Amino acid sequence: MARAVPLRRKLIFTGLAWGCGFVIFFPILWTILTSFKTEGEAVAIPPTFLFFDWTLENYGVVQERSDYLKFASNSVILALGSTLIGLLIAVPAAWAMAFAPGRRTKDLLMWMLSTKMMPPVGALIPLYLIFRDLKLLDSHIGIIMVLMLLNLPIIIWMLYTYFREIPGEILEASRMDGASIGKELIYVLAPMAVPGIASTVLLNIILAWNEAFWTLTLTTRNAAPLTQFIASYSSPEGLFWAKLSAASTMAIAPILVLGWFAQKQLVRGLTFGAVK
Amino acid sequence: MGAITLRNVSKAFGDAVIIPGADLEIAHGEFVVFVGPSGCGKSTLLRLIAGLEDLTSGQILIDGEDVSGVPPARRGLAMVFQSYALYPHMSVRNNIAFGLRMAGMPKEEIDAKVARAALTLNLTDCLERKPRQLSGGQRQRVAIGRAIVRQPKCFLFDEPLSNLDAALRVNMRIEIMQLHRQLDATMIYVTHDQVEAMTMADRIVVLNKGVIEQVGSPLELYNTPNSLFVAGFIGSPKMNFISGPFAARHNAATTGIRPEHIALTGAGGDVQGAIMLTEHLGADSFLHIDAGEAGRLTVRAPGEYGGKPGDAVALRFDAARLHRFDSQGKVIV
Repeated sequence: MARAVPLRRKLIFTGLAWGCGFVIFFPILWTILTSFKTEGEAVAIPPTFLFFDWTLENYGVVQERSDYLKFASNSVILALGSTLIGLLIAVPAAWAMAFAPGRRTKDLLMWMLSTKMMPPVGALIPLYLIFRDLKLLDSHIGIIMVLMLLNLPIIIWMLYTYFREIPGEILEASRMDGASIGKELIYVLAPMAVPGIASTVLLNIILAWNEAFWTLTLTTRNAAPLTQFIASYSSPEGLFWAKLSAASTMAIAPILVLGWFAQKQLVRGLTFGAVK
Repeated sequence: MGAITLRNVSKAFGDAVIIPGADLEIAHGEFVVFVGPSGCGKSTLLRLIAGLEDLTSGQILIDGEDVSGVPPARRGLAMVFQSYALYPHMSVRNNIAFGLRMAGMPKEEIDAKVARAALTLNLTDCLERKPRQLSGGQRQRVAIGRAIVRQPKCFLFDEPLSNLDAALRVNMRIEIMQLHRQLDATMIYVTHDQVEAMTMADRIVVLNKGVIEQVGSPLELYNTPNSLFVAGFIGSPKMNFISGPFAARHNAATTGIRPEHIALTGAGGDVQGAIMLTEHLGADSFLHIDAGEAGRLTVRAPGEYGGKPGDAVALRFDAARLHRFDSQGKVIV
């Protein structure tokens, strides 16, 4: 029999949860609000919360000064491109490690994860020089490769975890049925792993979209994504909070919408295997 | 055709030797059962034939052709797994058709073959369902359908009935045997259940610790086991083993006598004892008897035996059916 939770306790916990949620969301909310203020109001002390003269002026200025669509399409190209290439490498890699593990598979997985522990700035100079010599600076393909490699350990780990849940006998059955390795991956493994692959793709798109360190250092104009778009409002002529906020809001809006619609899938994906 | 030859086949995982070296000839159309306790290597041997495991050394020949390095997809065999291993995202129709589609067969031909297989296996009504909507017996039939539709040289069964309940298991056993007769194909069947082995096999291969102990027809193994292990494994209830002075009188380290080869007599007999427990099965009764120096013996008495626990009985052994084994567990002829 389910134990009845006292109403007061329920109220307290619900209140706490909403409180935590609000604290986490507040900076984003504040950015969005500031984007609708005038520059004067944006830095006013005490700050105004909801009762100010709402204006769209900042968005107009931002759109006039820089080409949002150019940056946004770069972000899409980089996020999707790095995810797609990452997937092409990670699916076979995770398949091999999950279904034909060798003596060193566990070490290999740990090693891949350990690359995420290194501060990226440690690789900045060599990578910058390599990019310069290979003429990859500010090119789409160069950044796609960097973002792909950056997130590859996470994609492989996630897929590996999903694949481990799939009974190996089903893949063996397909082999007995005459499927080549490629067909086994496409017709049997991939359809069965769709939920896992979908969450991996979503997470990877979000990570790639938000990645700022490498995109800021390795791009200038041609391949510059939305992170550059935001950054361009923070330097030379001093800070313009309202315009910076408008730029930020425009940069995060697509991923916010994507995240909102995909949250169920994402939560399911990230807790997969944890509760069973 | 589906003749399979194993030549000194061995398999080791690292330092753990699973199969030290097996030789076996399987003729076309034979129904061969690999039987043995769990961990004896019978499934590994089957998976080696399937190509799902790589050989450590030795050769596997199908119809005289060495397939040791050939991947499972190109060996022309079909396998039914213990877990059924159906493709959960495909309908029954696509599950059965998958192998044909992989072979690039035209669609009309596939449809016709699937329809025929479904008819044979009584699956016509559930062709559009997903595996999760089927009962255990139906899933098993889909797994078999997936195997027969490709008309393989040889069928491999890996404990296919162990997930079914007892009544269904008996039915499926009969269906598989009928299928074997209809298809005239070679079948290799792995089980740990000696009753399945005895009832289904043309020939039984008894495995123990990765070694083939004996190969023979069910009755050969029952009547002339060549080792203590085979004698104890084949037959239910188990053969009685008597060592000590009784065996010594027969010039053996151990003697064996099956429960059905011991007769109850009024007096005299080979040994005397007292009934400890009676199991009534209707057609037979199993008596558990404390026979003093001969130890505890099981005796099969026909019909409903009236004796009570504590009653004294005399037992006469059928001398022609007494098996003698040396100290190595090998039979003395």
